[in-house]
Amino acid sequence: MTTTTAAVDIQKEVRGYVLIFVSLLALTGLGVIVHILNPSFLVRIVLILGIATIQATLSACYFMHLISEKKLINWILLITFLNFVGMVIILLGAMSNPIHGTTHVT
Amino acid sequence: MDAIPYTVHPRQDTGLYNAKLGIWLFLASEVMLFGGFFSSYIFLRVGAGDAWPMGSSIQNLGLGVLNTVILIASSMTMLLSWTSLKANNFAGFKKWLGITLLLTVAFLCVKMFEYSLKFGHHLYPSTSTYMAIYFTMTGVHALHILGGLIVNGYMWGPGSKMWKDNPEQFTNRIEIAGIYWHFVDLVWIFLFPVMYLL
Repeated sequence: MTTTTAAVDIQKEVRGYVLIFVSLLALTGLGVIVHILNPSFLVRIVLILGIATIQATLSACYFMHLISEKKLINWILLITFLNFVGMVIILLGAMSNPIHGTTHVT
Repeated sequence: MDAIPYTVHPRQDTGLYNAKLGIWLFLASEVMLFGGFFSSYIFLRVGAGDAWPMGSSIQNLGLGVLNTVILIASSMTMLLSWTSLKANNFAGFKKWLGITLLLTVAFLCVKMFEYSLKFGHHLYPSTSTYMAIYFTMTGVHALHILGGLIVNGYMWGPGSKMWKDNPEQFTNRIEIAGIYWHFVDLVWIFLFPVMYLL
């Protein structure tokens, strides 16, 4: 009985993963369609990166099991993200405040 | 008593077995690495203004889509190899991880073909800032794919001997390898639109 229950649980889990897999493929297709439709650049960025963010969220939550993981892992990732954002803010500050007599060159 | 504790049973303080905490800490460092690359791309592109080329004018969209499908499929097959072990199906694990390895090789072949096309058109990292960041980001990503291929290849081959003596620990190892693999896929999920669609 326990083995059968475990097997049923795993089958249910696999069906969930297949659904996420199909969703990821569909969202990839949607991103390509947005690109082909060629909207304005700003609309294109928002839509395409928005779709990528949804894909990444699905992958992280279900394929990487983050949605059912211990809170400690969420804290590790949150601290990492805040660290990264802090570094970008420092960089932005440096770019807007160059050393007198110099310019940023790209 | 295990020589190395908490390879199967979770620690009471973290609620996780050691390898799982370890892989997430490692991935946190990888987030910083690729975060640095992506933010460099953003700053370079914003600074270049109209001089920055549209990715679609240089990249082959078909090959990019093909690689995206290959990688997402490999994530799925990696998961199926882990669920096979959970269901005590070692043959299923071998099959699905074997398919994952084949898809990984296919991805790298497509990537090499793309690079050869670029070189054929005399587009090198030194050609422009765009090409430099393209080769850097996709190259580092490809190295991560190669690393995953080596680890997964070991797990499929000699590493799978652990299944006989310690099936739970081996299942956990595949779970950890899978988490790394999904992260590499996640990076490509952002890399593809940034390089090919925008």
